[in-house]
Parts: sequence; structure tokens; C-alpha cells
Amino acid sequence: MKRILKCHVGVGPKVIGEAMVSKDNFSARYDLDRIQGVFSRPTHKLFGQSYVGKILVMNTAKGGVASAWMLLEMKSRDMAPVGILFNRTNTILSQGAALAGISLCDQFEDGDITDLIGSGDHLFIDPERGIVEIV
Amino acid sequence: MKLTSEEQAMLSGEHGSACKWALEHMLQVGRQFDAQDFVPVSQAHMMGDPESLGEAGVRFLERLVEDSAKVAIPTITDPRGVDLTYYRELGQTETMASLERRIIKACSSMGILLTNTCICYQTILPPVRGDHVAFGDTGVVIYTNSVLGAYSNFEGGPSALAAGLTGRTPRYGPHLDSNRCGTMRFIVRHPPRELTDWGVLGGIIGRAAGSYWEVPVLEGIDTVPTSDELKHFGAAMASYGSVPLFHIVGVTPEAGRIEDVFNKIPTSSTDIAKSNYEDFRKNFSAKGEKVDVVVFAAPQLSLMEISQVAALLDGRRINKSTALFVCTSPGVASDCDRMGLTNKIETCGGKLLRGTCFYQQFAREIAQANGWYHLVSNSAKIVNIIGGYGYKPSLASMEKCVESAIKGVLV
Repeated sequence: MKRILKCHVGVGPKVIGEAMVSKDNFSARYDLDRIQGVFSRPTHKLFGQSYVGKILVMNTAKGGVASAWMLLEMKSRDMAPVGILFNRTNTILSQGAALAGISLCDQFEDGDITDLIGSGDHLFIDPERGIVEIV
Repeated sequence: MKLTSEEQAMLSGEHGSACKWALEHMLQVGRQFDAQDFVPVSQAHMMGDPESLGEAGVRFLERLVEDSAKVAIPTITDPRGVDLTYYRELGQTETMASLERRIIKACSSMGILLTNTCICYQTILPPVRGDHVAFGDTGVVIYTNSVLGAYSNFEGGPSALAAGLTGRTPRYGPHLDSNRCGTMRFIVRHPPRELTDWGVLGGIIGRAAGSYWEVPVLEGIDTVPTSDELKHFGAAMASYGSVPLFHIVGVTPEAGRIEDVFNKIPTSSTDIAKSNYEDFRKNFSAKGEKVDVVVFAAPQLSLMEISQVAALLDGRRINKSTALFVCTSPGVASDCDRMGLTNKIETCGGKLLRGTCFYQQFAREIAQANGWYHLVSNSAKIVNIIGGYGYKPSLASMEKCVESAIKGVLV
């Protein structure tokens, strides 16, 4: 059954995709092998898994400023996630998503987004309206 | 967002397509963070290494140059990714160097000053209290907000560049006094005593905070820290927790008294004991194991830190199976040349890298080219980052890092 989750207005275009959920945080520099398209940080909960074409659903953004350029570079090679959902974003991931044209939303009204969405769920994100549909 | 007539003109393209892009980009970001307007900024500091930009990012910069983009305020740069005087020896490729040369050319064409440093607050033009800036290295931002009392968000390269082109940034986050109040209270029962301890304390607080929107407040610091100590402390806190601002009661400028940084002083607090430092270090220790590379970086070293490294080496030869790198700004490197410190380090077998930082230099590729796996550093920040690049990181004091480089194993 379709469920609609309301969130803050985000950045990026409307997208659909498959959720990849983790109660962990995210940085393109700290956590990814961007050439292979997998999580490469051994202590990350998604270590070894491919993120390409997925909608990442995580707690928050972490680490340094590099992600702001890296999302554009990843997207140019078709090695990027199509969307990112956080409980709370930081400035860097929003700036990077805005530049790259990757959808990013945060601040969900119904609670912890990593509980509300499960890995494998099919999602529709509309950042302009601040809604995510589990379809 | 409310726009001035000048901003409206930028948005409509009257100031050129580069300014139009910059306004549109910042409006999109500002909307996500509920910014009501823009705030003028006196400086921008842009991160832009070739690994992060790749071909797509470099082309983006070149297109701005084709559109006659010029910065409107002093705009400086974070460390580069290729030291063009040493890249072949480091195992970097011509492709990497070529990207770097194109970035340098594009930045120069836009009027950006290639300072290539993440310690601009120690070496270039430190902002003063109340100054609004758009800085783009997390260690730079947390120091600027917390120690200097100036105002900045974490600005990624594109947003710092947008601020540089327009002289403004959306007013949200630490630009607003309402976001600078403490949200968490820590009592430090075991004050840090040396540089790495400060980094560890920053890492502990950063992990506990874990969000851009938390503002940790510390009590119990019983000495006045040095700039280098607060540099390592802030850089680690920003790295482990994405935190842009902290206060230390009696030390940092906005926290003369605890009541100055809390609207209501929390009754609960978290104690930081000696055991917290020990637990943190357990994750980064491999005593007795072979060391491939010893790194002093992240943040770049001050003249004083480099002087300490040179003194600790004391003319002794670094183990032939271990590399040792010291990363600093071009300005500090020139001082080191003049004062003989570069020679002291390099005659021992170490290498001073100019205007780069180790982890921003295609860290995965240079590890593969040189067969590096076990990295030892006194920087709590770099040991947090480098695992994702395939290294096994260990954390040790500056003294132990030097001894490990000489013996070839972690002491």
C-alpha cells in the first residue's frame, strides 16, 4: 500500500528508486570507493555493498567538504546514488546534491526515516513538495 | 528568500551567467535551510582538489572561466591534491597532474588566490570576531567559528565559489546567533596534555555530538591551549561529528561564562575521563606492526610543529622501508626552506609536501603505487578518514610517530 512521508523541502529533481537503508552516517570521501561504486570503509554498516542507482536512507551527513564536488563527479560517470534521505542533513551534502542534481531531503515529520523505510522499498521523491512516497 | 535589488540583478543575469549560477545555487541551498536572506561575506575559502572534482568538476570550473567569471571578494584555496614538484615520486600520474594544472589555471583566471592551505586562520588572514565568511574546510570553519568568534557554515567547493563570485552567502546555520548557543554540556575530568590528546578529545566530543546542529560546550580545561592544540581539537571534532562550532568555557571568545552560551544551563552533562581517551585509541593501535608510511598532516602543520618534527628526528635516518611525509602550506614551506627545517627533515629521509594534504592526494592510488597499507599519524582526523581509502590507520603521538618511522614498526 502506498504511504506518503512528509519532509522539509529539499533539493534536486523528482526521482524514483530503490531504498538502501542504514542506521549509519554518510560521507562520499570517508565511506566510498567511488571508482568501484561500493562502500569501502570497513566500519561502515554497508561495507562492500554497491550504492549505484540507489536511494540512500541514512541518519545524517558527516565528515568533510569533499562530498560537495564528489557527487557531481560520481554522477558524471553514472556511479552515483539517485537520491539521499537523511534524518538531518548537513550543509555539504545539500550543496553537493544541488550542484549534481541529486535529490536530497531531510526532517521527516513521522519520525526516524531509517525506521520508516526498509531496504528494497521503492520510493518516489519530490523535493519541491517535500514528500517521499513508498510505492 | 528576500533579495536585494543587486541580488535580483544577479539572478536575472545582469552580472553575467556565472553570477546567475551562483545565486541560483545558493537560493536552492538556502531554501533547504530556511535562510531568509543573504549575508555579505568578507572572504571565501574554496576546497577543490582534482580527486574530488574529477573531469566533471574541472570542466565546470572551465565553463565558468569561459563565462568570464571573476571573484568579487578575496577568495583563497584549500590544499591542492598534487604537489607539482613531487608527483611522479609519489606515484601520481600525468592525468592527475594535468587535472591539477587545469584547476590552477581556472582558479587563477577567476582571480582566486591559490593559498593552498587548510590553516589559513594561522597563516593568511584570520577573520575577527563577528566577521561573516564563507570558508570551505571543516577544520577551518570550526576554528573560525569557535576560536575566532567569526561566522561561517561548512561551505563545499561549489558554494564557497558561489560566495566568492557574489560576495554573499545564505544566512543560516552559525551565521545566526540563535544557532550558536550550546546544546550539549561536557565536563572534562582528564584534560588533554599534548597535541594528539587534543585530537582524541575532539574525536570523542564529535562522536558524541554527531550532528551539524549540535553545539558542544566544554568545562574543565585548566590551561590555555595553543592554536595548534585547538586546531587538532576542532579538526577532529568536525571530522568525527560534522560539528561546525564548539565553546570552551573560559577559553573561547563567546564563552566567558557558561551562562553566556546557554539560554538555560543544562542540569545533565557528560564526563570525559581518562578511560574515554584509552577507549578511543584502542581503535587505532597496532603496536609492533610494520609501518609503511608516517604522515604529519590533516591539518597542515604550522612552523612550530614542523620545527618539533625536525628536532625529534635529530639527524637520524628514517627506516628504509618506511616513508615519512610532512604536509604544510606553501608559505610555511618557504619559511622552512629559509630556516633550514626542510633540509633537516629531508636529509633524514622524510619529505616536506607543499600546498597539499596527504588524504587529498588520490590516497588510494598512491597507496597502490607505493605498496602502503599501515599508516601512522598523530592526527586524529586523518586516521578517521583514511580507512575508507584502504589503509590500516594507527594513531600515535608526534614523538612515537617519529620513533616508528626510524624503527619501521609502531613503537
